[in-house]
Amino acid sequence: MSARTSREGRNVADLVDQPVEVGAPKRSVRARLILEDGTEYTGVSFGHEGSVAGEVVFNTGMVGYPETLTDPSYRGQIVVCTYPLIGNYGVPSSSSEGERLDSSFESTEIHAAGLIVADYSPQHSHWNAARSLGQWLDAEKIAGLSRIDTRSLTQRLREHGSMLGRIEFEGDPVEQRDPNVENLIEEVSIKEPILYGEGQDKRVVLVDTGAKHNIVRCLLRRGVEVLRVPYDFDLDGEKKIDGLMLSNGPGDPKMADPSVQQVRRALDRGIPTFGICLGNQLLARAIGAETYKLKYGHRSQNQPVVECGTNRCFVTSQNHGYAVDSDSLPRDWRVWFQNLNDGSNEGLRHAWAPYRSVQFHPEARPGPVDSEFLFDEFVRMLSS
Amino acid sequence: MNTRDTPKTVLLLGSSALKIGEAGEFDYSGSQAIKALKEEGVRTILMNPNIATIQTSDYLADEVYFLPITPEYVERVIAKERPDGILLAFGGQTALNCGLKLHDSGVLDRYGVRVLGTPVETIRDTEDRELFVGRLHEVDAVAPRSKAATSVDEAVGIAKELGFPVMVRIAFALGGLGSGVCRDEAALRELAGKGLAHTSQILVEEYLEGWKEIEYEVVRDRFDNCITVCNMENFDPLGIHTGESIVVAPSQTLTNHEYHKLREISIRVIRHLGVIGECNIQFALDPKSDEYRIIEVNARLSRSSALASKATGYPLAFIAAKLALGHGLHRLPNAITRSTSAFFEPALDYCVVKIPRWDLSKFRNVSRKIGSGMKSVGEVMSIGRTFTEALQKAIRMLDIGRHGLVANEQTEAEADLDVELSEPTEERIFSVVEAMQRGYTVDRIRELSHIDKWYLEQISQVVGIGAQLESGAGGPLHEELLREAKVRGFSDRQIERLSGVSAADVRTQRIDAGIVPVLRQIDTLAAEYPAQTNYLYLTYSGDQDDVELPVDNAVLLLGSGAYRIGCSVEFDWCCVNAGLTLRREGLRTVMLNYNPETVSTDYDEFHQLVFDEISFESVLEICDKVKPQGVIVSMGGQIPNNLAMKLHEAGVRVLGTSPESIDAAENRHRFSSLLDELEIDQPEWAELSDLDGARRFANEVGYPVLVRPSYVLSGAAMAVCTNDDELSIYLERAARVSSEYPTVISKFLENAKEIEFDAVAQDGDILVYAISEHVENAGVHSGDATLVFPPQRTYQETIRQVRNSARRIAERLNINGPFNIQFIAKDNAVKVIECNLRASRSFPFVSKVLKRNLIEMATQVIIGRRVDKFDSKVFEIEHVGVKAPQFSFARLDGADPTLGVEMASTGEVGCLGDDFSEAFLKAMISVGYRLPVRSVLLSLGPIESKAELLPAVRHLHEKGVEIHATQGTAKFLNDAGISATALGWPLDDEAGGTLDYIRSGDADLVINIPKNDRADELTNGYMIRRTAVDYNVPLITNRQIAMRFIEAMGRVQPADMATKAWSEYAIA
Repeated sequence: MSARTSREGRNVADLVDQPVEVGAPKRSVRARLILEDGTEYTGVSFGHEGSVAGEVVFNTGMVGYPETLTDPSYRGQIVVCTYPLIGNYGVPSSSSEGERLDSSFESTEIHAAGLIVADYSPQHSHWNAARSLGQWLDAEKIAGLSRIDTRSLTQRLREHGSMLGRIEFEGDPVEQRDPNVENLIEEVSIKEPILYGEGQDKRVVLVDTGAKHNIVRCLLRRGVEVLRVPYDFDLDGEKKIDGLMLSNGPGDPKMADPSVQQVRRALDRGIPTFGICLGNQLLARAIGAETYKLKYGHRSQNQPVVECGTNRCFVTSQNHGYAVDSDSLPRDWRVWFQNLNDGSNEGLRHAWAPYRSVQFHPEARPGPVDSEFLFDEFVRMLSS
Repeated sequence: MNTRDTPKTVLLLGSSALKIGEAGEFDYSGSQAIKALKEEGVRTILMNPNIATIQTSDYLADEVYFLPITPEYVERVIAKERPDGILLAFGGQTALNCGLKLHDSGVLDRYGVRVLGTPVETIRDTEDRELFVGRLHEVDAVAPRSKAATSVDEAVGIAKELGFPVMVRIAFALGGLGSGVCRDEAALRELAGKGLAHTSQILVEEYLEGWKEIEYEVVRDRFDNCITVCNMENFDPLGIHTGESIVVAPSQTLTNHEYHKLREISIRVIRHLGVIGECNIQFALDPKSDEYRIIEVNARLSRSSALASKATGYPLAFIAAKLALGHGLHRLPNAITRSTSAFFEPALDYCVVKIPRWDLSKFRNVSRKIGSGMKSVGEVMSIGRTFTEALQKAIRMLDIGRHGLVANEQTEAEADLDVELSEPTEERIFSVVEAMQRGYTVDRIRELSHIDKWYLEQISQVVGIGAQLESGAGGPLHEELLREAKVRGFSDRQIERLSGVSAADVRTQRIDAGIVPVLRQIDTLAAEYPAQTNYLYLTYSGDQDDVELPVDNAVLLLGSGAYRIGCSVEFDWCCVNAGLTLRREGLRTVMLNYNPETVSTDYDEFHQLVFDEISFESVLEICDKVKPQGVIVSMGGQIPNNLAMKLHEAGVRVLGTSPESIDAAENRHRFSSLLDELEIDQPEWAELSDLDGARRFANEVGYPVLVRPSYVLSGAAMAVCTNDDELSIYLERAARVSSEYPTVISKFLENAKEIEFDAVAQDGDILVYAISEHVENAGVHSGDATLVFPPQRTYQETIRQVRNSARRIAERLNINGPFNIQFIAKDNAVKVIECNLRASRSFPFVSKVLKRNLIEMATQVIIGRRVDKFDSKVFEIEHVGVKAPQFSFARLDGADPTLGVEMASTGEVGCLGDDFSEAFLKAMISVGYRLPVRSVLLSLGPIESKAELLPAVRHLHEKGVEIHATQGTAKFLNDAGISATALGWPLDDEAGGTLDYIRSGDADLVINIPKNDRADELTNGYMIRRTAVDYNVPLITNRQIAMRFIEAMGRVQPADMATKAWSEYAIA
C-alpha cells in the first residue's frame, strides 16, 4: 500500500485525541466526569476547559444540539447525548431576526452547564454552519467531553433517576452543586417585560419561567401580540390580557410559587390559559393538583401521547423529570393527554373553561412538530 | 372502513424469485405479515413460487401455492380459496402490479376480495407520476419539475423545455429499471426507447445534481395516526438509486430543522395520500439551501423498510399487517420493549450503515457504472457507535476480499481518479480512499463525487489512522493508537496488514489492555427505559455488556451474510430452520448474521440475535462472551464453512462434521486423493502455475478444459477453453498465473449430465438423501441449472452409482450433518465434481418437495441426538418438483445473457406438478416466460444444435406457431420443410432484420443458442440476446431448455395445469 498522506506528520496522541479543529490544532485535554455515586468516566475535552458541576441528565434526541443547549430548561444541567455522533453539522451563525429573537437558537445563550457525547465530530459540514460545536462551547465557556460511553452512563442515570455530577479538569477542582435547590427560574427568566409583534388585536402574555424562543415565534406566526413577562410579574397591573401562556422552564415546580400565585389570579379573572411543560405543572399546582418526580424522566423527542377519549396520537418532544398526578385533579378538570408508554399525565383541561396545558413541547425545537396545531387552538380560544 | 371488519381468509402475494430490485426483503416482510395474520386467527393463503423462502414453510401460512404471481394464476387461487381479503404490500412490485391488474380487470370485485391496507387509489396515485405530482401540489409539497411522455419524441420535447441534463424515470418499475440521467438528446432517445418498451409511460424531469437523498419510513393507521419510524441518508448523492447507495441511519448531516421539516412533510403527504400500513418517501435535499423535492413514495413494504426495521428494531412489516386488519398503532405493543406502545419513533444510540453487494464481475460486457437503476444483488448492514466502525465492518461484511477502508490489495491499473470519483462504479468508496492517499483534498473529492464533506472527513480520519499504523510498522503498537483503531472499526487482521504485528498478537495485546468489544442492545429507546431485547451488536466503543453473560445452553449459529450470486435466501431458510429445531430441542440459539434482507435477522426467531460480522475475530469475541456449547458452521453457506478449521484450531468447538473432514472436502488435493483411495472417479485435473504446463495438461486430457484461476484480474473467474489459443489468451489476459496464483485446470465433459446429491448423515451413515438432475447439460453452473426432483431422465444405473459413491464418501468423512455432492454422469460413468459438507442451495427445494425437513434432521444430528433413518421411498412420490433459475439481465446494462460455468442467476423458483411438463411450465412462467407462444425468433447455433432441435421446431410449426429465424437457421428449417421467415443478422444492419423484429414486440419468444465460434457471430448472437432482454422478450439460450420447453408446451395446456396447494401433493 502506498498510503502516504498529509496526516502522516501527526503524532499518535494528536490522532488519538482527535478533536482537532481545522486550522487550529490543539493538543487534546482529558477530563473526568464524576457522578455523585462516585462513578468516574474519562473523556476528551472539546469545549471550554474549565471544571463545572451540575445535575447530569440525558436526552435521546438524534438531532438538535444547538436547540437543546440553548433551552433554558437545561439550566444548570450537564447534558448527556445518547446519540453518539454529535457536532456533525456544526452550529449556525447567531444572526438575529426581528423581534429580538434569535433565529437559530432557543435563547440567547447556552444554558446547559456541560455536554457529554460519545463521538464528537470536530469536522462539521453544513451550508448553514458558522463554526464547530467545540468552538461554540469554548466561546460560551461551556465544558464538553467526548469519548464517553454515553449508553452505560445513561443506563446508570436512568436507574438512579438523575444524579449530580461534575466535569473536572486536572488541577481545577470544583464543588458539587445541586441546581435543584437554586432558583433556576429566576436565573433564566427575563428581568423586564418585552413586547413582540406590537400592534396586533390580541395580546398574549407569556410568563417566562425559561421560555424557549420558539413559543414566541409560534404565537407571532399566528398574528398575536406577545408580552413576555418575568416569572414573578404582577399580572394584576396588566389590563389587556387576551390569553396567558405559561412557558417551559427548569427545575422542580414546587420552586415556582410566585408564578403559581400569578396563575391562580389569572384563572380567577377567567383569562384563557395555556401551559407548556413546566407550565402544565404550574397550572396543576395553581388548581391544587399534585406534582411528583418520575421514576424514569421523559428526555427525548419520541414521546408518544394520546388525546384522552380519542384515537388521536402524537409524537412529542419532552424534557421533564416531574409530572402531574392525574389522580389529584379537582372537580371539573380533565386529563387532556396521556403518555402511551407509562400512562403519565401529558396535559390538563378544564371541562368547559378555556384553561389548558400540555406536558410536552408543541413548539418543538428540537423535535417533531406534530402538535404545533395546539397554538392554533389556543389562539382560537383567546378572549374576544 | 369505520369499524374493524376482520377478514376470515386472506390471500398474500409473495414476490416470486429473488431478482435485482426485489430480493430477500420480501421474504422477511411476507413472513412477518403471516405471523401477524396468524395471531389474529385469520386463515392465510400464500402464493409464492419461491420455494426457498421461509414464508413458504409449512408452519406459517395455512395454505401455500407454489404458483406464478400472474393475474391468471392468482385468479385461479382466488376462485378456489375464496379469500375475502388480499394483501398486496408485502410482495414487492411484483405483487403490487399483479394486484392492480386484478383490481382493474374486476376480478377482485367479482370474487368479493377486499384490498387490505393502503387502498388501490392510493397505490395508483403513487405509481402514476402525473397523479402523484398533482396530489403533492394539493398539500403544498414540492416535486421535481417534470412531465410524463408516452413517446420518444415527446420525451425529447420535454427535455428541451427543462434543459439537459434530465432524469428519465419509468412508471410501474421495480428498482429503478431503465431509469437514468441523460445529458444529451441521443442518450435520451436511447433510454426513452428502452423504457417505453417496458411500459407505456416515462417521466422526464429536472436533474438535481449533487443533492442529498433522504428517506423516511412512514407508518399510518386508519385513525390517521402517523409516525416516521426511521430516516436514512444516502452517502451517495441523488442520481444513484438508493438500492445502489451506501445508506446511513439515522441521517448524519441534517439539522433539527431539516430533519423535522422533512418529517412533517412526510406525514402531511402520507396522510393526504391515505396510506394505511407502511410506506417509504424519498426526498432530495439541496446541500446548499433549504430547498427540497419529493422524489417518490412507495406505498408498500420495500427494501428500505426491511433495512429500517433492522436498523431500528421496529417490526414494520408485522405492524403494517396489523394496521391493514384495522388495528390502531397506539393499541399495538412495541415488540422490543413489550411495555411501551407501537405508536412511537425509535431513538437510535448507534449508527447503521448499509452497503450494497454487487456481483458485476460475474457478467460479460456489463457496464460497471452505478446510477439510477439497480444492479446490486444484495446488501449488508452494520451497526457501530462510530460511523467508521460501522462503515469498515460493512466493507468487510461484503466478503469481497477487502479488509476495510484501508489495508487492501492495491489495484493494478492506475485508475483515473477524477473519473472514478465523478462517474461512480461499485468501487467508488475505495477510490475515495485512494484519492486521499494520493493527496486529494476533501474539498476536491467532494466536488467530484458530491459526497457530503462530513462523510469524507470521517473517512479521512481512518486513512490517517491507517498511515499511523503503517508508519510504526514492525514496532510495538501504541496502546492508544490500537484503541483508536478499534473504535474506528479496524479489524485485528487489518491492523496486522498495516503494522506487521500478527492478528493473533494484536488480539492478545488488546485483550491485555482491556480493548474488547461489548454486546449492546438495540432497544428502540436509547436506554431511556429498561428493555428486555435480545437484538444485539458488537462495538468497541463501550464499557460494559448490556446483557447477562454467558448464556446457558447456547449454540452459536452462523448465518450466510449478504445475498450474492450463489448464496441467497436458501441458506437463510436453512439457518432459520436450524434455529427452530434447536429451540425445540431445548437449546438457546445465538444467531450471528448481518444481512438486513433476511428472516434469520429477525430477533424474534432466536434466543439472541447478534447483528454483526461473521469473521474469525467476531466469532471468537462472541464465544468468549456467550460461551456457547459449540458453533454450527454448516447452515450458512460458504462463509461460515470457511471458518471451521480456524475456529477449531483456536479451540472453539465446531458442532457436526469435524473441521478436519470439512477441510478434507474443501482442499482439492486432499479430496482428490480421498476419492482415489475410495476408487471414486473424478474428472482429470491439475494445479498448474505456468502456461506451458497448462497447455501440456490440456492436450494430454484433451480439450475442452475448465480453467479456474485462483487470482482474477477482471471478468469471469472461470472459463471453458476449447483450444490452445483460447487457453493462452485466457491465462495471459484474465488470470495472472504464477506460482503464487496457481490455476486449476480440469477436463470438461461435453454432453454430460449433472446430478445433485443432497443428504444428511449421522456418524457417516446416510439418514436421508435426495437426488436431483439438471435439465441442462454440464457446462451450466449448478446454480443456474434447472433442477428436477425426483429425477425423470436419469438411468437407474447412474442413480445407483451416485448413491454408492455418496455412501462411501459420507462414511469416510464420518459426516455428521448436511452435505451435498455434485456428480457428472455420461453413459452411466459417474464422476464426482464437488463435495460440500454443509447445507446446499437445494436443501429447501428437496425438503419441500419431499415434505421432509432435511435441515431439521441435520440439526438434530449436529447436536448429537440420535435420528431415525428416513425410509427413502423418494421414487414413489407422485409429483415432480422443478427448480428454475431467475436471471436479472434486464437490469445489468450490456451483460451478455448466456449461461456458462460462472453462475449468473439471482434467484430461483420451485414449482410442483403431477408430471415434469406441468411443473416445468409453471416454473418457467414463474420466472417470466409467457404462454401461449404464437411467434418465435429462432437462431439455433451450430449444426448439431439445429439438428437436435429440429423435431421440436417441427412440432411448433405444426401447431401453427409463426417462425422467424436468422439466415442460417431459416435455410436449415426451410430445407427441412418448415417455413421460416429469414431475417438479417444485426451486424448486416439490414432493415427488417432480427433486431427490428424483436423490438417490434411481435415475437413471444426468442431462442438463441450461442455458438462457441467466430467473433462476429458471437457479436451477432450477443445483440440478439441483449435486445431480447432489453425489450422484455423471453429468451432461451440453452438447447435442453429449448427442447423441454417446446415439448412441455405441446403436452400441457395452460388451462389444464392444476391449481393445487402444496398440501395437496401428498407423499405416499
